[in-house]
This record gives sequence, structure tokens and C-alpha cells, in this order.
Amino acid sequence: MAETAPPDAWRCEIDLPSERGVSRMVTDDLLEQLGIHGWSPSDIFAIHLAAEEAIVNAIVHGNKLDPTKKVHVSCEVSAERVCIQIDDEGEGFDPAAVPDCTLEERLDVPSGRGVMLMRSFMTRIEYNAKGNGVILEKIRPPADA
Amino acid sequence: MATHQRIDVSRVGDVSIVKFLDKKILDEAGIQELGLELFALVEHDNRKAILLNFADVEFLSSAALGKLITLDRKVKAAKGRMKMCHIRPEILEVFQITKLNKVFDIRGDEAEAIAAFS
Repeated sequence: MAETAPPDAWRCEIDLPSERGVSRMVTDDLLEQLGIHGWSPSDIFAIHLAAEEAIVNAIVHGNKLDPTKKVHVSCEVSAERVCIQIDDEGEGFDPAAVPDCTLEERLDVPSGRGVMLMRSFMTRIEYNAKGNGVILEKIRPPADA
Repeated sequence: MATHQRIDVSRVGDVSIVKFLDKKILDEAGIQELGLELFALVEHDNRKAILLNFADVEFLSSAALGKLITLDRKVKAAKGRMKMCHIRPEILEVFQITKLNKVFDIRGDEAEAIAAFS
């Protein structure tokens, strides 16, 4: 049986203003492309959540909503791999210093779960040395590709 | 009765059933409003038995989780009880990763959750 060739990898780069509610400038297209490239609904949920958390962190905690600063986002989506890089213009932070939100004494603390969710839902997340840039990568397991 | 923009509230006996009007709970302004409407159920309306029905919710961010945690604390402080139901598998996974399934009383469907209040 003839197979349809997979679509070419999709790439985009955009600078977001440091305002609340702008993540859809990236995520609307990202979600559409994940569907086009055959990612499952549960993977799309996972990638959406990780991207949303990272973008909000960059805008709110990184750039501290400073209107003179931008958040640079680049995405690449193919059938086998998704890579999203998010860089802000803030001072950076030490991701290793974020307290473990699953410790018994921290379970009822209302904030601080974004980084854990990114780590859990993506194959790899890697911060730069300064802590103001992160790469989120998800590789599709061979069985589902 | 309070007008809600983010939730729909009905009653079965003493249980207040809350349905979310947004399929995706991620917009920060919307989450702020959602928090205020949920907190008012406890702080203003003195509701002691609250069931959050997630049947229509497809996505929520960690900021929304924060509001649910704060609501749970307020309910417990007021000696009330809160349960959740109809959570789709992806969102349940979020609760499991963050171990919030240990904090929240999560039930399968509305009937099971309502029965658990009695």
C-alpha cells in the first residue's frame, strides 16, 4: 500500500511581548501543527502544558512583565520530535533550587508546579547556564511514530 | 444570587455542584476571576459541600491548580468538604504527577461523588 509522505518539519520563531495572555500567539499554531504531524491527543496535551508553563514563567518570573523586554520562542515540529526553545531577557534562576512541590509539607502550597510538570511531560528539558532560557524536547516513542 | 462568568453552580440536596464554563483554564485573567468566584462560594455563600465537576474541562495550567489548592484550604478552614469528579485522564495525570491526588478527594462521576458526601 502506498504511504503518504509525512509533512515537512514545521518551524517558527516569534518574539512575544512581556504581557499576560500572549502565549496563544505561539500555542494556537503549535497545537495545529502537532495535529498535522500526527501527535496523539495526550501528547498534544503534554506539549501544550509544558509550553504554556515555560512561556508564562518567562514572561512573569523571567521578564517580570517588563514591557521593554521580549520572550523569544522558536519551535520545530516533525512527526518524531518536537523542540521548543524559550528565552527571556531576565536575570535567570537556578532550576535546581526550586523546592520539590510533592514533599508532604509543600503539597498545599499554591504555586511552584510548572517546572515539575515540564520535566514530567517532556523527554528532556534543559536550562541554559544563566537560567533564562530553556529547551523543551519531546521524542515520540517508536511504537507510536 | 451571585452572577458567575466562569462557573455554573447548581444544587443537589446540600451539595453545590460547580461546572466550569471554560474548556481551557489557562488565561491568567480568567484564572483570577475563576478563583474569586470559587472562593466566594465558601467565604460569601457559606457553602459547606462543594463538588467540582470537570466534565467540560480539557486543559488547565499550574496557575489553575493553585486556585484549586487555595479553594481546598478555604473549604477545610470553614469545616466544609470538597470533592472532584469527571476528570479526564490527562488532567488526572497532572494531579498524580504533582501528588495533588493525595490532597483532593477525586471521584469518578457525579453520582458517586454526591453519595460520598453523605
